Amino acid sequence: MKGKGTSDTVSVVDGDGNQCCWWWWLVHKGTTTTFLIVGLFALLVRAAVSLHPYSGFANPPKFGDYEAQRHWMEITINLPIQEWYRNSTSNDLSYWGLDYPPLTAYQSFIHGLFLRFVHPESVSLFTSRGHESYLGKLLMRWTVLSSDLLILFPAVLYFVIVRYGQPSRSRKSDIGWHIAMLLLNPCLILIDHGHFQYNCISLGFTIGAVAGVLSGKDLVACVLYCLALNHKQMSAYFAPAFFSHLLGKCLRRKHPLLEVSKLGFYVLGTFAAVWWPYLYSKDSILEVLSRLAPFERGIFEDYVANFWCASSIIFKWKRLFRSESLRILSLTATVITCLPSMIQQIKSPSNRGFLYGLLNCSFAFYLFSFQVHEKSILLPLLPASLLAMEEPFIFKWFMQFAMLSMFPLICRDGLVVPYFALLALFILIFDAPGQQRVKEGNYLYNYLGATTVRLVLFCYFILHIVYLTMNPPEKYPFLFEAIIMNVCFSQFVLVTLGCNIKQWVLNKPTKLEVDKKFI
Amino acid sequence: MGKQKLSSKGVQNSGCTKATLWWFYLVAACIKVLLFPSYRSTDFEVHRNWLAVTHSLPLSQWYFDETSPWTLDYPPFFAHFEHFLSMFAHLIDPKIVHLQEGLNYSANTVVYFQRGTVILSDLCLLYGVYRLTRNLDSRKQKLIWLSAIWSPMLFIVDHVHFQYNGFLIGILLISLSYLEEGRDLLGGFFFAVLLCLKHLFAVAAPVYFVYLLRHYCRGGIGRGFTRLLIMGGMVAAVFAAAFGPFFHLGQIQVIRRLFPFGRGLCHAYWAPNFWVFYIMSDKGLAFILRRLGFNVQTPTATFTAGLVGDSSPFSVLPQVTPLVTFMMVLLALSPCLLKAWKDPKPQMISRWVAYAYTCGFLFGWHVHEKASLHFVIPLAIVAVQTLEDAKHYFLLSIVSCYSLFPLLFEAQEYPIKVLLLLLHLILMWSGFSAQFPDGAETARAPTGHHTEKKVDQHKSNGGFVIGWIERMYLVGLVIVEIWGQFLHPLLLGDKLAFAPLMLISIYCALGIMYSWIWQLTFIVKSP
Repeated sequence: MKGKGTSDTVSVVDGDGNQCCWWWWLVHKGTTTTFLIVGLFALLVRAAVSLHPYSGFANPPKFGDYEAQRHWMEITINLPIQEWYRNSTSNDLSYWGLDYPPLTAYQSFIHGLFLRFVHPESVSLFTSRGHESYLGKLLMRWTVLSSDLLILFPAVLYFVIVRYGQPSRSRKSDIGWHIAMLLLNPCLILIDHGHFQYNCISLGFTIGAVAGVLSGKDLVACVLYCLALNHKQMSAYFAPAFFSHLLGKCLRRKHPLLEVSKLGFYVLGTFAAVWWPYLYSKDSILEVLSRLAPFERGIFEDYVANFWCASSIIFKWKRLFRSESLRILSLTATVITCLPSMIQQIKSPSNRGFLYGLLNCSFAFYLFSFQVHEKSILLPLLPASLLAMEEPFIFKWFMQFAMLSMFPLICRDGLVVPYFALLALFILIFDAPGQQRVKEGNYLYNYLGATTVRLVLFCYFILHIVYLTMNPPEKYPFLFEAIIMNVCFSQFVLVTLGCNIKQWVLNKPTKLEVDKKFI
Repeated sequence: MGKQKLSSKGVQNSGCTKATLWWFYLVAACIKVLLFPSYRSTDFEVHRNWLAVTHSLPLSQWYFDETSPWTLDYPPFFAHFEHFLSMFAHLIDPKIVHLQEGLNYSANTVVYFQRGTVILSDLCLLYGVYRLTRNLDSRKQKLIWLSAIWSPMLFIVDHVHFQYNGFLIGILLISLSYLEEGRDLLGGFFFAVLLCLKHLFAVAAPVYFVYLLRHYCRGGIGRGFTRLLIMGGMVAAVFAAAFGPFFHLGQIQVIRRLFPFGRGLCHAYWAPNFWVFYIMSDKGLAFILRRLGFNVQTPTATFTAGLVGDSSPFSVLPQVTPLVTFMMVLLALSPCLLKAWKDPKPQMISRWVAYAYTCGFLFGWHVHEKASLHFVIPLAIVAVQTLEDAKHYFLLSIVSCYSLFPLLFEAQEYPIKVLLLLLHLILMWSGFSAQFPDGAETARAPTGHHTEKKVDQHKSNGGFVIGWIERMYLVGLVIVEIWGQFLHPLLLGDKLAFAPLMLISIYCALGIMYSWIWQLTFIVKSP
């Protein structure tokens, strides 16, 4: 009662225009209730998106990612664990063979059990290939919803609590806003609940790991990050940032070697636990590993807004070089672009620098590494959303172009309506009334200038309309895709350049503290 | 400091208020768009057929066409509304408005078009809410918007199940806002228009009649009579504009379509109202009497089917005819009418109208469960006035939202309806507890001072805390849901398949009865 009384007096004092007055119905009860409200809303949005079609819907013979995930459930619940990654008569690896690390397989196993319990036909061996039914779709959708609820949501709550601690009243609505930004990431919702994937699990573990680092619990962070890595090998985009930050931190302690070996022990332990069923022989480990490394595929797939794809309109990389040399080339480029932010973190590790480092390293991977999907944009998007409070303009800008870069994929999946609804919802919540966040005083914004920003945004919407309504010229059937990818690539480069510079400018804070000051 | 001064009340009021209101509407619209592919009831096809009927046939045939079983049974203005929409539908996809080929048409174009029109017609609700709340302080405004514009019931009924309630209730709210401002003629006009859009809103007509008679037509016999003539003339003009063309063609058919008294007392799924108890006690009595050895005839007709005829659906208790239900509604209304007659206060009109719809819902003939929207949304407008109001509204909105659950019976929408209800619950809880932090706050509310003082005495340390009876009731709601969804199919299988629905009806009827009694006491006690 006492707490309520004081909050009442405060609420009387602050005037009508104050932002907490706009959102007082949301933030009155404290962070957890705010999280609960935003979380329920985010779940509602996800449940609504899941009504829409998924990738490869009614599109035999290979269907799409939905069928891949369903097939993994079918394989994992019907075959012994040693055969999951092995080509055999009962496990045809050319038909959506498992190509994610063991944690994904375990997750498929658990979800498969659930599906078998409710609707056995949808996961029976062989006969269920290409299974599509009302109940099957529903159950599959619910497995994603529950994964989101069980992993991403708690991770976000953990992050927010660590990041903001006990907030002052005036910041409460900012926290509500940030929670909404994290949970209502339109790209993630579209890919997980529309297209059909389980990115929420690996990204959730990553957020947990970041929160662990921010709160100084490096060992927890290590374990969580290893879990993320073992769910999707793409999480390795974050590895340089984690590595350099933790190394930088250890070097500053009394016994650097001891600290590093402790972390190494935890990493190895987690890996050993996850890979346990495959550790009985070297062959079996290699068998799994060979499934994870996608080197037999090209340098990029479809149309991706990265360096290789964008520049391929001038240099035909695939024709000029052999696959092996391309591999080395892309690896070198990635490492070089990662280096600045890694060095900065080793030199002066800080929490904020770490978040920028995550963004810069994952961007380096997205732009230059081998075999990147358009969906991989979710990885750089994650640290950008963690930085939303510090870099609102960059976050919004990045999100818009990340959405655009997935637009061709979304069109193929028949998710245009949720695409626009989610984009609108994102912009509405980003620019929610009653906020005093300075959005325009940003360096990127200043660099571009107000006119350019408006012009680019205008082109942005025109591109959508053109892609939807016009047919490309016959000579260049992928003209629009190429334009979209080049526009996105140019913006991504701008964003990552800006963030790299920003990271280097922040060289002051060397103490490990939750930074309270922002723009 | 600068910020605070800049946004002090005078400057920010209208511009920011409108922007925020639009924000609420647009956020809701995004969710509504996401719900496009969700389940839709036959009402969707009903409305599509009306588009086709009004587009392809001349006015004289509208109420005669029987190509589809879903004949036009709304009043003429709604038909004109459909006619207006059909012009756009024709542009988008001519098949939508084709009388024969369009039957059960379910392409994306028709779904997106029709769902889109519902979202756009919600602008009417937006305007009504804006008119009613524009002079309130900004906190109350937002709370009202939260409950009215983000009403989970509207989502369920309009945007999943498919109807145009937001539009119609919007017109009711516009009418109420004019009455509250004292512009009775316009208030009466909009109510007359509403009646010509959907006649089910006529339940509140007695309240309107008494109120306008006493409030508008006052000031001596001469002036009062003139005003009565003006009002009467205006209402007559509206009705003439609606029904005139049809009567000119000599069609009484319109009336026959509008009042299908041939239908049963209850709708297919029993609306949670008084008759549920009546039916249950009849069944109970029949069972007991049979046990005691009396020869009780089992009724041949069911309550829900179209035919009542000669056979008696009740085995023990007296028959219920439309006239009986009509008299009961009037009887339940009478205290409210008396109050309106004695002291027609503009501040009370929303409550009185809401009360009228509650009575109509509880005692009316062939009531749909969806009709609970008619009083829940107007009550949302007054819910912020006192702490007691807030508590009552909190419970009522949850119960009536829950009573809509059987509308969406498919598994796909299950998480959506549950999440909508939970979100509403927690938003209301958080919002009301911010609005009423403790007893002192309530003293600032503008109306109903009498009740507040009582509240202050009883719950001086309270704030927004719901009592244990209400809490138990809400827990019971969860138990009813768990029983119906999981335990019943698990334990009893297919036996007594109707029991879970009946349980929901009975349990929600308790809550609505409580709300009715609460509203009645409030109205009777109000000074």
